[in-house]
Amino acid sequence: MNGTAGDERDGRRRALGARATRRTVVRGAVGVGLGLSVVVRGPRVGAQEGSPAGGGEPIKVAFVYVSTIGDMGWTWAHDQGRQGLERNLPNVETSYQEAVPENAADAERVIRDFAQQGNRVVFTTSFGYMDPTINVAEDFPETTFVHISGFKTAENVATGFGKIEEPRYVSGLIAGRMTTANRLGYVAAFPIPEVIRGINAFALGVRRANPAASVQVVWTNTWFNPQQERAAAEALLDGGADVIAQHQDTAGPQQAAQERGVYGVGYNADMSVQAPEAVLTSPIWHWDVFYTQVVQQVLDGTWESNQYWGGWKDGLVDLAPIGPMVPAEVRAEAEAEIARFKSGERDIFAIFTGPINDQSGAEKVPAGAALTAEQLLGAEMDWFVEGVEGDIPEM
Amino acid sequence: MDEVLSVAFLTSVLAAAIPAGTAILYACLGELLCERAGVLNLGVEGMMLMGALGGVAATLWSGSVWVGTLGALLVGAGMASIHAVLTVGLGANQVVSGLALTLFGGGFSAFLGQDLVGRPVPATFGDLAVPVLADIPEIGRILFRQDALVYVSYALVPLLWLFIGRTRAGLRLRAVGERPEAADAMGVSVGRLRALYVVLGGALAGVGGAAISLGTNPGWQEGMTAGRGRIAVALVIFAGWNPLRAALGAYLFGGVEAGQFRLQGAGVPVSSFFLNMLPYLFTIAVLVLATREAARRRLGGPAALGRPYAREERG
Repeated sequence: MNGTAGDERDGRRRALGARATRRTVVRGAVGVGLGLSVVVRGPRVGAQEGSPAGGGEPIKVAFVYVSTIGDMGWTWAHDQGRQGLERNLPNVETSYQEAVPENAADAERVIRDFAQQGNRVVFTTSFGYMDPTINVAEDFPETTFVHISGFKTAENVATGFGKIEEPRYVSGLIAGRMTTANRLGYVAAFPIPEVIRGINAFALGVRRANPAASVQVVWTNTWFNPQQERAAAEALLDGGADVIAQHQDTAGPQQAAQERGVYGVGYNADMSVQAPEAVLTSPIWHWDVFYTQVVQQVLDGTWESNQYWGGWKDGLVDLAPIGPMVPAEVRAEAEAEIARFKSGERDIFAIFTGPINDQSGAEKVPAGAALTAEQLLGAEMDWFVEGVEGDIPEM
Repeated sequence: MDEVLSVAFLTSVLAAAIPAGTAILYACLGELLCERAGVLNLGVEGMMLMGALGGVAATLWSGSVWVGTLGALLVGAGMASIHAVLTVGLGANQVVSGLALTLFGGGFSAFLGQDLVGRPVPATFGDLAVPVLADIPEIGRILFRQDALVYVSYALVPLLWLFIGRTRAGLRLRAVGERPEAADAMGVSVGRLRALYVVLGGALAGVGGAAISLGTNPGWQEGMTAGRGRIAVALVIFAGWNPLRAALGAYLFGGVEAGQFRLQGAGVPVSSFFLNMLPYLFTIAVLVLATREAARRRLGGPAALGRPYAREERG
């Protein structure tokens, strides 16, 4: 809640391959408040009574969140998923705890409490909960744990993540058609594989629609800082960009685009609510799809540990409705592409199929070859495709 | 690099520095008044957050940004009156009360604002070009194409400077912050004055919150001040308790924030971690200087800052 420069949310080390200490680094000297703030705010646990119609004992499912559900960003999207789970399965009782720090002591305590309270499924929704989840899971073999965005599994621990790059690519197609300056801006949080992958997917979409266009990237080093994100977008706008995309948790960049009378692409939530004249569309998450699937499998006794990486075909990721400013032919082109992703005809590997050059123009992926899941998700994702302007600083 | 040294580049940075610094400026001026009266208020962040929420709620209710701003002002004042009761009325520890209010403001605004998250506000402070002045080359774009709260802050800074340094009321304010026992002996009601300035300071912090939630980033989002209240507290020391220098500090911070992204775009490698650290670095440097009594006098720190005043202990 408090802290300088959005530090609270900065800690969301959810990306694969992210360094485990980022939160601590970003928080710096002023983070003392956090531990206290959690204590003062107390566990805000929202539980719903089991539906009487379902009959029998409801199945209890718990969620561990890294920030608060009102952030309109990452945790908000997960909480929408929790609410969707309750709607989809009548006899489910959910509870959650917000703003759980990603250190072993706090995270393990919260996860352990949930397991002891008889929750049969516990979802831990940030990268930093990976080891705590594994550690607690050892003591509760009967409980199912699902960790979002990590890579460690166990007999009773699975992982889950989504191919948000698929809708990002299509948002790039739309943005590439809508720019008249042939200059787009991208407000990016941290130079980690997850964010770089998203920028590349967006730029590949932009360049397919408009080979003359370029995408300028600026790094904010924060997930959540409304005014700073807005300032970053204004710098891109002053540099001549006329579409602003983002990998940030607030609508600040979109509001800046709207004020200048140009366009943007949101993220996490349908940001056309905050900037209706600017937002062309927003890549969004439907975590309820994944949560419902896992809980149903546990109920059926068919669940087993796996590494789930869902795409558009699975319904986990999506694009928010395309804005009214997008002309019919662009919309039709985007919708045709969306249909191909939804049917599974295209997927993230199709996006990252060669020929793809890097920033310098050198061939990175030969024609016909595609990047592997490992190359996409891991630390190898440290380069920009041709058409992206900006550096990737060392973290 | 040439790009960086151009007039267009500087204009763009300065024009962005002002809105980016305005929320901090309001909060900083509020804290300055409060500290001049001898009371440290570390609850600014919580008051800004509550003000940001109050501003959105009152604008949704009334449809007017000015009613919204009034709402933010009253909510900020309300939060600060808790601090006044605790620290001035009951003589509680100012640091503890302030920190508690920051935490309370963060949590309570999140709780109250749950249903307002993501709701668009019906009216916001848009940029207004001042006739004639806005057409001055460069200067016009930097100073006179801003929103209404920015113009109010332009007036507030010199007014507060004159008030503190040149008026009888300002003299009494300084007296209760410097030598409360002397002020008491002169017949000034130390407690009442201190409470008044704590509440006024909180009101300004609330307006600072509204400068974000109704100005640069319309709408309510939890934690949306993202630490600006803390920076405001730090800037008061940097400013040496002088409103003119507070404006300089706030715009400097805004300029650093706006400038870093333009430098990145121009290919100049700057770490935003480093830049985000600067206000604190300055503050620490100033604090180190201020540990020497003589230096502290020169800086202008109120002598009785942080010390509760109780009449029986006079002398």
